[in-house]
Amino acid sequence: MPEAKKISTPLTDEAIAQLKAGDSVLINGTIYTGRDAAHKKLADLIAGGAALPFDLRGQIIFYVGPTPARPGNPIGSAGPTTSYRMDAYAAKLHELGLKASIGKGSRNAEVKDSLKKFKAVYMAVTGGAAALVSKSIKKAEVVAYPELGPEAIQKLEVENFPAQVINDMYGGDIYEEGRRQYERN
Amino acid sequence: MKKVNLSKVKEKIKQAVQDANFNIDPDLKKLVQNCLTTEEAPGGQVILKQILQNADIAASEKLAMCQDTGLAVFFVEMGEAVQLEYAGFKSLRDAISQGTSEGYGEGYLRKSVCDPLSRKNTGDNTPVFIHWEVVAGDAFKITFMAKGGGSENMSALKMMAPSAGAKGIEDFVVETVSKAGPNPCPPTVVGVGIGGNFDTSALLAKKALLRKPVGSAHAEPAYAEMEKRIFDRINKLGIGPMGMGGRTTSLAVHIVSHPCHIASFPVAVNINCHSHRIVEIDF
Repeated sequence: MPEAKKISTPLTDEAIAQLKAGDSVLINGTIYTGRDAAHKKLADLIAGGAALPFDLRGQIIFYVGPTPARPGNPIGSAGPTTSYRMDAYAAKLHELGLKASIGKGSRNAEVKDSLKKFKAVYMAVTGGAAALVSKSIKKAEVVAYPELGPEAIQKLEVENFPAQVINDMYGGDIYEEGRRQYERN
Repeated sequence: MKKVNLSKVKEKIKQAVQDANFNIDPDLKKLVQNCLTTEEAPGGQVILKQILQNADIAASEKLAMCQDTGLAVFFVEMGEAVQLEYAGFKSLRDAISQGTSEGYGEGYLRKSVCDPLSRKNTGDNTPVFIHWEVVAGDAFKITFMAKGGGSENMSALKMMAPSAGAKGIEDFVVETVSKAGPNPCPPTVVGVGIGGNFDTSALLAKKALLRKPVGSAHAEPAYAEMEKRIFDRINKLGIGPMGMGGRTTSLAVHIVSHPCHIASFPVAVNINCHSHRIVEIDF
């Protein structure tokens, strides 16, 4: 396996240009959590022309609803949720400057097009490896919608958070490429 | 007549919902370990190792293996000769529900139940989902399954024509897993319900997931062979661990069948992720 590329937020267009489908990356810095209910609220704010609870420019959203943290831990188990449920919202967020999302599973054509158009990437972490993933999260703070419980938006400080680039800004898709490579008749 | 105290039931449920989420099923772990010798994709190897490493961390620190700690699904088989001692509980459902609520709370498990339209979280992972079966004698067994949403969403049911035959079933199961691709967290366990009617076929598919040990063959050779054929086809799809490409797409295919109407041929596919959290409690 080739060595992982280190990236940190805020992400620039130049940093995104370096990432190719299939790359392993280690993320350092700040990432935000958000899944179904939080995305609905962000979409409503955008539709109403209101300010968002955080500046999307250069940022990463991790599709996750963690378990509650045990005392002494910054966060509970925190693996990815399935990303297609956020497909309806992704293009608009990329237009507003979001540079990456992290989840698991396939994205639709609209999302893949928006990655090209707005220079962004879609990444995945290993689903069901939520205890392991939580070890790279050093701090967590709810920044919006505490009433949503596990679906609240949290700001996470991460160290060497391990992800894989699934869709890059050039149209590459490791799910399709990987499957083609190992498919047998 | 066997007497069972509901406060004991509540305590056992409270423990079981936590055990299921913290500890990998030992038979599932063996299947994942075996796949390390057969998986050709280097990326797939990395993911299989992460699954095992994650299980070690989860067990030692009492952390949920997956943040989606699931809907609490129960299968209750209760003998007619079992007498319940209520101990202040309203019902057996009440004891199971309280055990779930306390277990999800004290175990720092995620509460993943909400109203379908308002999406408001119920806050304690109830209501629970219980499938009841009254059996003869004094047997009393409760099986708990923590069922994640990602794999559940990739499940499917089809009312086929009887002319579709065995080939029709096999094609539908493979097509369902193929369409699901990376979404249900492969390597998966695939439960197949054949026959029954619209509602029972889905339940048969879920019951198929309960077979212990996971990966063991159907008792009837014809179904065992069908399981093997489906399993081989699925693992030729190339989806691989977490859909990154590879040979390990499913760890097991289990079938449960039931007689059906002469006009009908229902088939249901219930996919489970590699967390496969199922715990049996005998009373």
